[in-house]
Amino acid sequence: MHARRLTYQAMTVLVVVGVLELLTISGVFSAKSFPRITDDVGELASVLRDRVFWQGVGETLRGWALGLGLATLVALPLGLLIGMNQWIRSATTAIIEFLRPIPSVALIPLAVLVLGTGLQSKVFLTAFAAMWPILIGTVYGVRDVDPVVLDTARSFHIRRSDQLRTILLPGALPYVATGFRVASATALILAVTAELVIGMPGLGQQITLAQASNQVPLMYGLIIATGVLGLLINMVIVRAERHVLRWHSSYRKVTT
Amino acid sequence: MKRRHLFLAVEVLSPLVVLGAWWAVSAGSTDPFFPSLAKIIDQFGQTWLFSRFDSDVVPSLARMFAGYAIAAGVGIPLGVALGLARRLHEAVAPLLEFARAIPPPALIPFGIVVLGVGDAMKIFIIVAVCVFPIVLNAIDGVRSVDPELMDAGRAYQVGRRDRLVHVVLPASMPQIFAGLRTALSLALILMVISEMVASTNGIGYFVLQSQRTFAITEMWSGILLLGILGYVLNLAFGLVERRVLRWHRAARGVATN
Repeated sequence: MHARRLTYQAMTVLVVVGVLELLTISGVFSAKSFPRITDDVGELASVLRDRVFWQGVGETLRGWALGLGLATLVALPLGLLIGMNQWIRSATTAIIEFLRPIPSVALIPLAVLVLGTGLQSKVFLTAFAAMWPILIGTVYGVRDVDPVVLDTARSFHIRRSDQLRTILLPGALPYVATGFRVASATALILAVTAELVIGMPGLGQQITLAQASNQVPLMYGLIIATGVLGLLINMVIVRAERHVLRWHSSYRKVTT
Repeated sequence: MKRRHLFLAVEVLSPLVVLGAWWAVSAGSTDPFFPSLAKIIDQFGQTWLFSRFDSDVVPSLARMFAGYAIAAGVGIPLGVALGLARRLHEAVAPLLEFARAIPPPALIPFGIVVLGVGDAMKIFIIVAVCVFPIVLNAIDGVRSVDPELMDAGRAYQVGRRDRLVHVVLPASMPQIFAGLRTALSLALILMVISEMVASTNGIGYFVLQSQRTFAITEMWSGILLLGILGYVLNLAFGLVERRVLRWHRAARGVATN
């Protein structure tokens, strides 16, 4: 079953690539803006040997990791506080609901102005956007912890810090993990956006440069590379999530 | 009961306190990067009410809604179809996953190469990005329809079309709306980015241009506008969703009571 599905999938990919190739060769797509896809992939293959490309990947990943890390450091404790204390929750709900829908890209000019065009801006923008999914996930997670368990802990006079460590954090973790996964994708988007709009080193800037200098196959190759990077990051995060949460019922394999 | 009122009061008052604090702290500010809130609001009135409304706000919103509408018009039928055709979905899954993994702004240079820098490019980018959450959520929605409902429909010999309209679509509506909500915020973001990268008008263009010419108060007023826009869109969507899905909530409410 699994093998057959893979065959199907490989076949569709091949068919789509073949159709794209034929559309260019036959002249339905103009070769200028749609070079043959084999050329794009060839360009990508040669770029993979280029040090500049890997530096760009490194820059993008650095912005992504720092932004995501900063977002987690801010959002996780904040989410725990908001989830645990109803006073804090009441005081912050309206403010969060107002700040959250603000498109983070609206802050690009402000970031450039105050933080300059360096890494700081990229990290700030990435962290701002990645913060919300983690924060919301954590708040929901804490609120979803079984109240009976908490009451039990309270009646046994278990210390607040121990409750946090042994009940609240593990209980909220599945929600936090989901938020983190969304945040990771958002962080990559913002890192690339910052490179593209502000023009700081990274994959986003390389794509713009390729487009501006009319190296169209290179541009397509780099876009494909960015997609692959997104896929890989997502795969790593999902793996890590499964590993960290392997004890949790929703992740345990049902033995049949 | 009294405690609840207190919580509600805190919830209503806290944003006002924050706004008041911003007003007070920034009053008489001489820092060129952080003008006083009074000045920003004053500038907001001058810029957006209504001297730049026609020239920047209307084109921006038109692009955004055009892109969003096309994405919904293409994405919902496509997602429902893929949700029903399991084989087909399995076959195209890797392509969907890959296309979704590309960070949306990376598509802007592609849009410029293919469509130039006009409205078509911006609308295309918005469609290309917004369509994915809509399609993927519609697929999930259709696939999570209670199989007993489908079987019951089949057993009563309800026609394919009626089953689609009366069983599949309503049952997957909540999930479809989840996709539409994600797509709405993406549409706003992509509108702004595409205008920042290549445009001669629009809110995104205005904000970036203001920053580059050091018209800081104008820049702040633009950021404020985008913030309000995001908030209002989100609010409006919530209202529409609540109305359309009223039967869903009602049904669930009855079921759990």
